[in-house]
Amino acid sequence: MDVAIVGLGMHPFGRTPTMSGLEQGAAATRAALADAGTDFKRMEFAFGGSQDSGNADSLVNLLGLTGLQFTNVANGCATGGSSLNAAYSAIKSGQYDVGLVVGFDKHDRGAFNPKPADWGLDDWYGETGLMLTTQYFGMKIQRYMHDHGISKETLIRVAEKAFRNGSLTPTAWRQTPLSWEEIENAPMVSEPLNKYMFCSPAEGGCALIVCRADIAHEFHPRPIYLKTAVVRSRNYGSFEVFSPSQPPEVASSPTVTASQTAFELAGVGPEDIHVAQLQDTEVGAEIMHMAENGFCEHGEQEKWLAEGVTELTGKLPVNTDGGCLANGEPVGASGLRQVHEICVQLRGDAGARQVAGEPKVGYTHVYGAPGISGVNILAR
Amino acid sequence: MSADKPLHEGLFSWPSTSPSLLGSRCIDCGEHAFPSQDSCRACSGQNMIPADLGSEGTLWTWTIQSFMPKTPYHTDETPETFSPYGVGYVELACGLKVESRLRENTPDNLKIGMPMKLEVIPMRKDDEGADLVTFQFCSAEELA
Repeated sequence: MDVAIVGLGMHPFGRTPTMSGLEQGAAATRAALADAGTDFKRMEFAFGGSQDSGNADSLVNLLGLTGLQFTNVANGCATGGSSLNAAYSAIKSGQYDVGLVVGFDKHDRGAFNPKPADWGLDDWYGETGLMLTTQYFGMKIQRYMHDHGISKETLIRVAEKAFRNGSLTPTAWRQTPLSWEEIENAPMVSEPLNKYMFCSPAEGGCALIVCRADIAHEFHPRPIYLKTAVVRSRNYGSFEVFSPSQPPEVASSPTVTASQTAFELAGVGPEDIHVAQLQDTEVGAEIMHMAENGFCEHGEQEKWLAEGVTELTGKLPVNTDGGCLANGEPVGASGLRQVHEICVQLRGDAGARQVAGEPKVGYTHVYGAPGISGVNILAR
Repeated sequence: MSADKPLHEGLFSWPSTSPSLLGSRCIDCGEHAFPSQDSCRACSGQNMIPADLGSEGTLWTWTIQSFMPKTPYHTDETPETFSPYGVGYVELACGLKVESRLRENTPDNLKIGMPMKLEVIPMRKDDEGADLVTFQFCSAEELA
């Protein structure tokens, strides 16, 4: 049984001081149910996740105690991707007809402060100042720039594009375009990445209604079909965050294995994708993920960014809503925002940021610590 | 010097006039680990032996920590006295790349491929006033 997405709901990302994370999740769910022309009682199952805003299944207290199967998902930045993957399997297997995928979060300001013990590490690692994701991102792109000839100008171009696209996205957090000079001269965070090259923890909620493809038109006239949903973890040798040491041989990242599997299962290739969302927790991530997902060769990003290939008007628009850089990252909701945006683009409802040429096939990629990656391929 | 205590036992030989990093090696597949492990990340085996990983290597990648981290960072510094520190991976003779603080903390002094050398530095005082020490790497040329 094929799987369709028939309801899209979003509570705007950014800061909403008057609402808890849970309430933002409920708002997103109500919006998705309304979009699908249905109600919560019709939901047979739910998969949901939140990192810092409590148990996702507490949503039933706000939405109704209907007795549905509600499973909490906790997979770091890949929580949304993992939730959708679980829903995909639930429908694909024939177990259920229609259900909810939801994610929300409300993080404190500033960088995350993870505890070493939660990651199987001893206290010295955190106490001596090595337990920061920002360092890992800086070191990964530093090596990548050295190996593949990526310039600082290319880093700036990615940030410029993100805030430009964010300015065209009503639900985005950062809606003001930034100039080249503003980005170039921002305070340094972790060489070579500065303040405007990183996304920030934020707040927000996102929800999707998924169902069997053969009943999709009962809910929405323009269903988007989830061709495949793949999640993979790291292999030995993959360069990942929170690693006191790395093996001699550098292996492919989990993004590569998830991406290759997804293309194989969906029966399409990178050249068939019209619009993509690639995890961009910082500008280096978007650059590296362009190649890790098979869209270009390593190093070719230099040319692609200079020629605008990934702009809204380019051959492969990437992060059309401004991505994590312009939306911030409420961890539980972030991966679902990517899917939401691709569905909006495939429906043709993206307004000022609509990709031309009536895109038919879209792609989403999420990546999370300590080495997990989720890829979805969607088509109308 | 003898009053210094390692912040965490088993990461490097101490006390020592020429400290080495300490890790483990898998008898079955030969892969090294740092810190030492009882099981092997590469082959899932459980035949690990202690390994001296030496004190020299080359810089594989680097960044600079420019702001004072939140907890679990734990030193006697304040935001006012904090000074940025380098962070990098140093490729050792056995091929393993070890993550470490770096003494160098400006982009001009850090270059991928530069030779690096281990040193032991105080991180903070314990309740009795003894220095708790940890490892970091610095440019091998600067030490010479």
